[in-house]
Amino acid sequence: MGGYIVKRLISAVPVLLGITIIVFLIMSLIPGDPATAILGSYATPENVEKLNRDLGLDKPVITRYFIWITNMLTGDFGRSYSLNRPVIDEVLERFNATLILAGTAFVLCSVLGILAGVISAARQYGVADKIITFVVLIGISVPSFFLGMMMILLFAVNLRWLPVSGMYAIYGGGDLPDLLRHLIMPALALAAVATGVIARLSRSAMLEVLRQDFIRTARAKGVPERRVIMGHALRAAMVSIIPVLGIQAGFVLSGAVYIEIVFQWPGVGRMLVDAILKRDLLLVQGGVVFVAACYVLFNIAVDVAQSLLDPRIKT
Amino acid sequence: MTAFLKLLFRNRLAALGAVVLSVILILVLLTPVLPLQNPDITATADRFQKPFTEGHLLGTDHLGRDLLSRLLHGTRLSLAVGIAAALIAATIGSAIGIVAGYFGGRADNIIMRGVDMLMAFPYILLALAIVAALGPGLMNALIAVAAVNVPFFARNIRGITVGLAGREFIDAARLAGMGHIRIILTELLPNVLPVIIIAMSTTVGWMILETAGLSFLGLGSQPPQADLGSMLGEARSALISHPHTSVVPGIMIFLIVMSINLLGDGVRDALDPRLRSGALSRPRAMTLVERKGEVPAPTDDLLAIQDLQTQFHVGGRVYRAVGGVSLSVKQGECLGVIGESGSGKSVTALSVMGLVASPPGVITGGAVRFQGEDLIGASYESLRQKRGDRVAYIFQDPLSTLHPLYRVGRQLSEAIQSHHDIPKADAQARAVQLLRDVRIPNAEARVDNYPHELSGGMRQRVGIAMALANEPDVIIADEPTTALDVTVQAQILSLLDDLRRERGLAIIFITHDFGVVAQLCDRIAVMYAGRIVEEGPTSSVLEAPAHPYTKRLIACVPELGGGQRELAAIPGLPPLVDDLPPGCAFAPRCEKAQDTCRTSEVMLKGDTSRAVRCHYPEEAV
Repeated sequence: MGGYIVKRLISAVPVLLGITIIVFLIMSLIPGDPATAILGSYATPENVEKLNRDLGLDKPVITRYFIWITNMLTGDFGRSYSLNRPVIDEVLERFNATLILAGTAFVLCSVLGILAGVISAARQYGVADKIITFVVLIGISVPSFFLGMMMILLFAVNLRWLPVSGMYAIYGGGDLPDLLRHLIMPALALAAVATGVIARLSRSAMLEVLRQDFIRTARAKGVPERRVIMGHALRAAMVSIIPVLGIQAGFVLSGAVYIEIVFQWPGVGRMLVDAILKRDLLLVQGGVVFVAACYVLFNIAVDVAQSLLDPRIKT
Repeated sequence: MTAFLKLLFRNRLAALGAVVLSVILILVLLTPVLPLQNPDITATADRFQKPFTEGHLLGTDHLGRDLLSRLLHGTRLSLAVGIAAALIAATIGSAIGIVAGYFGGRADNIIMRGVDMLMAFPYILLALAIVAALGPGLMNALIAVAAVNVPFFARNIRGITVGLAGREFIDAARLAGMGHIRIILTELLPNVLPVIIIAMSTTVGWMILETAGLSFLGLGSQPPQADLGSMLGEARSALISHPHTSVVPGIMIFLIVMSINLLGDGVRDALDPRLRSGALSRPRAMTLVERKGEVPAPTDDLLAIQDLQTQFHVGGRVYRAVGGVSLSVKQGECLGVIGESGSGKSVTALSVMGLVASPPGVITGGAVRFQGEDLIGASYESLRQKRGDRVAYIFQDPLSTLHPLYRVGRQLSEAIQSHHDIPKADAQARAVQLLRDVRIPNAEARVDNYPHELSGGMRQRVGIAMALANEPDVIIADEPTTALDVTVQAQILSLLDDLRRERGLAIIFITHDFGVVAQLCDRIAVMYAGRIVEEGPTSSVLEAPAHPYTKRLIACVPELGGGQRELAAIPGLPPLVDDLPPGCAFAPRCEKAQDTCRTSEVMLKGDTSRAVRCHYPEEAV
């Protein structure tokens, strides 16, 4: 097992390098002089020249890439011009908030989605199946940002159950219950679409498994139906559900950008959008590379989970 | 194509999606000629008018602009941008996929590595990076969304192309001296195009949503021009005071995405009708029972199947898989049930414990009695308590009948713990003992193996051990040796025979192999088209078959050392059980058949010791 994890980590190195190359190439699409693009057209020539020197823009492309990547390996992602602080500090702080939001949403959509799919499959064409299928259809069709806005209207403005936005109350907040109260709506809004997708997939995976011979065997030996469904069938279905969880994690992370805007959540997505609007390109570049790298590592964890579940995978 | 459309529109939800989408498309196409106000003319005096006010059907926004007009123009823009992005992504992605798939080798390798790298990004990071570099704007958002979706098309189309590139017609084109570009354009592209179109139709809704999302973030369309996303984004600041400005564009996005989803689901189902047929589904814990007619009275047999009728109901058709079968076994007795594939012998066996897949299986008549108690009408819980405990099964093909993800020891101990409240360690020790009983060498180590780590013979022994786990009274063995080679088969048969003599077990042995029956069984029942055609003691049935079918079936068996005798195959095929003839089911294939055989039903004559269903039997019974 340990060997397998090491092997997967080593195989991630070229992917991580590829990510840096792609981001580097995209950033070199910037029309005109990058230093001017970063500093704005009112920048003084001295500042432009200084930035050019700092970024190594006077050097050849290949050299520039290597300077950038060696700097990143030492933890130096450059300096944000709009915030006047190191990019890595800002990204780490913001990523923490995103992790809380996206992590909660991911757990929610996995648990709710699989549960809904299992119930739907076990009661195929029954009332529960029809209700779940209908709710899922609505869920995967509502854009998360619109859903978030409607939730604010209903639960925060009309019913006054939950705070409108933010991560903590401005006065007197800051503890865990306060965080949870602020977290409920954005996490649910963010989880909605992925829950629907996972529920659909779990339903079809379960139906596929339920007609396998080993399910008949389990029933023939008198295993109670609850265990047949939640044990034998679900475990086999997880083999095809887990890879989709990995893919959906990427969509949850992406959707977090919208939800962070709607709910004023101080996460990395909102930071990126602000940075783009302020043309703080180093912050964008650092944030994108950092989050993409985390996602690659997360997918390795998914592969490891898959190999723990399925003994037929050669580790 | 018409069949496809018919299938598509039989699905009411898909039809609904198509209607909603068509209405939106028509409205959007007509927008320039509809009598609408200019969407960009501001009138601050009229700001935030409620819907249904005079002159503004949907009200006005924060600058007093008519929302209906803005909505239709915005939808037009959103759809145009989304469809354009889909077209661009499909064109570039497919081109990359075709080139990679057609040329293969190193080019393919390098291209697909790049595609994998792009797919390692959560999609929005890539889109944000592109917009960051190019600057906010609708055109740049379009480029970003298209670029993000290129890898999806490249990967899908490459897969299809790789399959096509190895086919004969491509080789033929190459031998005819056609250049690469011509082969790609005239031979490959027409074959790949349908796949491209389907992939596009499933992703276009997604791309509309993504561009709307970027506009919502303020990175797409810039004022005063507005698509649905930027309308929603601008309305957000007035969400609490004037919610209608948000609700209007939001619902439009919802309607577009939902109708595309419905239509996409319909297309998928119509292309793969297997999914909807219902034949594939069997989520029920026990076979559905819709018993008509009287329930036969109990007998003193250990297990008695009485006039059992099991049917499969598939889309209006009724398949009579078991049409009134009666069988019984006493303690220590072994009954062989023999017949061709599709004769209903397995369905009979599975009906006993309600294990016929349902839907589509339905038990429509008769009874199954275990020690006099009717199992067909029994509750799920009372049936479950007997499954594997009093009546156990051994199935064919143990690779698919054992759970692939559980260790065999656990599968055995679970069989025990489902019926006996004993500690896990005890159950595990008993599992080891069971493996020893079925003569698996090194049983202590084998309990920790997964099924795929065992040989076919060993897996079959595990299946038998599982059936023995609770020392049942009856074992129903459904072709347990068919998948095995002859020496293993002989070992397993003698193992079953020993157990029968040692434990007084009753066995119902289902097979199509006369040799196995002769070796193991006291009595034989021969099945044809869901009915028993002959029954009697093994030796008398084998030596003096009474039914013409039995006789011909025995004649099909090659004899070792029998010389180069011509094997007498039975002409014709067994009848389909959804269209049984009124008379004897074997009559169309029978040499001796008379008119009476074809027109009137033939009853089973004789008693359980010797019976035949034939007007003109080979031997008097």
